[in-house]
Amino acid sequence: MNRDALLELLYMLSNTPGTSGDEIEVRRALRPHLEGHVESLRVDAMGNLIAHKKGTGAHDLRVLLTAHMDEVGLMVVDHTGEGALKVATSGSIDARLLPGLEVRVGPQARPGVIGIKAIHRADEDENVIPVSALTVDIGAHDREEALELAPIGTRITFATTAHPLGQLVAGKAFDDRAGCAALVALLQGPPLPCDVFGVFTVQEEVGLRGARVAGYTVAPAAAFVLEGTIADDLPKEEEGSPTSEIGKGPVLTVMDRSYVADPRLVRLVIQVATAAGIPYQFKQPGIGGTDAGTIHFTREGVPAITLAIPCRYIHGPVALLDPQDLEHTVALLRASLEQLTPEVIQRP
Amino acid sequence: MNTLELIQQLSAAVGPSGREAAVSDVLRPLWEPWSDELRTDAMGNLIALQRGNGAEPRPALMSAAHMDEIALIVTGIEKGFLHVHRIGGTDCRALLGLEVTVHGQEDLPGIIGTRPPHVLSADERGRIVPWEKLFVDVGLPHAEVVARVSIGAPVSIQRPLIRLQNDLVAGKALDNRASVAALTLALQQLRRREHAWDFYAVATVQEEVGAKGALTSAFGLNPTLAIALDVTFGKQADDNGGGTFPLDKGPTIGIGPNFHPQLVQRLRDVAKSEEIPTALEPLPGHSGTDAWSIQTAREGIPCGLLGIPLRYMHQPVETLALRDVERTARLLAAFTASLEADYRPRWEDEQ
Repeated sequence: MNRDALLELLYMLSNTPGTSGDEIEVRRALRPHLEGHVESLRVDAMGNLIAHKKGTGAHDLRVLLTAHMDEVGLMVVDHTGEGALKVATSGSIDARLLPGLEVRVGPQARPGVIGIKAIHRADEDENVIPVSALTVDIGAHDREEALELAPIGTRITFATTAHPLGQLVAGKAFDDRAGCAALVALLQGPPLPCDVFGVFTVQEEVGLRGARVAGYTVAPAAAFVLEGTIADDLPKEEEGSPTSEIGKGPVLTVMDRSYVADPRLVRLVIQVATAAGIPYQFKQPGIGGTDAGTIHFTREGVPAITLAIPCRYIHGPVALLDPQDLEHTVALLRASLEQLTPEVIQRP
Repeated sequence: MNTLELIQQLSAAVGPSGREAAVSDVLRPLWEPWSDELRTDAMGNLIALQRGNGAEPRPALMSAAHMDEIALIVTGIEKGFLHVHRIGGTDCRALLGLEVTVHGQEDLPGIIGTRPPHVLSADERGRIVPWEKLFVDVGLPHAEVVARVSIGAPVSIQRPLIRLQNDLVAGKALDNRASVAALTLALQQLRRREHAWDFYAVATVQEEVGAKGALTSAFGLNPTLAIALDVTFGKQADDNGGGTFPLDKGPTIGIGPNFHPQLVQRLRDVAKSEEIPTALEPLPGHSGTDAWSIQTAREGIPCGLLGIPLRYMHQPVETLALRDVERTARLLAAFTASLEADYRPRWEDEQ
């Protein structure tokens, strides 16, 4: 897939709404890009979209590749007398980001805004307003109208439309629609030596839950998880590890809050990257979690690794990524899978 | 052009305090067909005159609505990221994650970013991000940023007008483009009505940094009376007590030391006879509007104030009812037409 097609796919996926447990629009958006490129395509009980792409028969390893479809968002939990919506977060959202935003409410994508008490009338207070004290305004007259237009349980997403920004691209939900785009690009390519199960998972943002059952169903010999991960490359007082940096290539996880990556797979990916001249970087250990966190201990255990695209401002209304990092991630994944043999993950 | 399109166009125009030319460029063709004279004064105020049909020398009513908006300004460049501070009372609690336009050598799209919560201490996560830790990210390497953006470049919020339910709209700079829209509509309506007085429509500059344009234009025009148009605090979920006014229930009429009591009464009388709903807005001191400056220009000018209720003031989602803009225009036009050639506001004890 060339860069234009890859970015067009990323934009389309980014613009699609899909909070945890409500990923149907993302599945709908993905299907036409997978049909014809894989042997089978099915939805499981949780809502995971499972694509099976047969290998060349060089060996019989079953490899699971995942990218999660869900994004962080809000859910309507109550209505005020003035017709505003009370909300709770679905997945982790930084409350500092919410005031001032435009959002999309429910399946009709009704526009809404999040405003707070005018600064002229607010108390002198440096504390962030908690989400429980924020409301979404869709312009409803009163409680009854609000209840009718956005009943309890209604999903709310950021209203961002993806677009280029300088040398980067901007959009919502790059965590993990960037991973989804990379996985589609891989599945559209020629068959690999291994049997590939590309799974677009659900409910990552609320506890890595789709991946857990996908790991059980596929029962793979190894798993590669594709993510959009935190880049923390802004100026700061003390220059420590930047977590990851935009433009420095795919991000390898050695260990995060959810699991320890299989060292044999880490070694393989580094060897492949070095040989192919693909840049890579390590994620600062101990931060974040990915689908690998549940996959690695399904059944009798699965060697797993995470390849991530570095993104600034993930979990916010607008994230940024470098298209080159996305391309390098697809290339590194393909090259690694080409070099993955039963010997790599064989135990003595 | 309907009210929605008018507000869309005015909201989209970029005019931080002191750099309002782009807004007057939008206004000039809108005002020109309804004006006998149209000019821009030394400060940048746009002034339209619609002559009355009374005998000369005619009294004049000045109606002022400020056209400047709060914004950001580049204060430094570090590792390709822009440091910014505010122009006017921009609310730093409602900026993170927003899309902006950096007005450098060319316009550049940008994002307001800060470090992710995952890498901050609990204390930092719970506090409003201070200006020095907030950056504008234009997605370019340092050298390119330095070549295209200089310190002092204004940064505006990129936020096309949002249509909510019940003819409410939300967006940037509705403080005070909503009033500029009302003034525009009033100019049109007045052209079709008899009025004895001269009517000056003034889109003022630099209100958000101290109502400077209103002061100089009032000095220049020396009007008999003045009515300022501005937004006021709309009732919203987290602020609906005293000093807030419901949306879509008409404009407010200011009452307090900034306003001549007879003008307040007359505005109320006209509203009543025109069946325009209004609320009385008590302002016991500084009104925070152009009227505060105009009142003390030259020998003193009797002032009135019409307020359009608006939620989330100084945030990029300022929300108001389109009908309130239309009601404000109608009230202003009717008030102007009601002024008899010999009318002067008087104090009760005046001989």
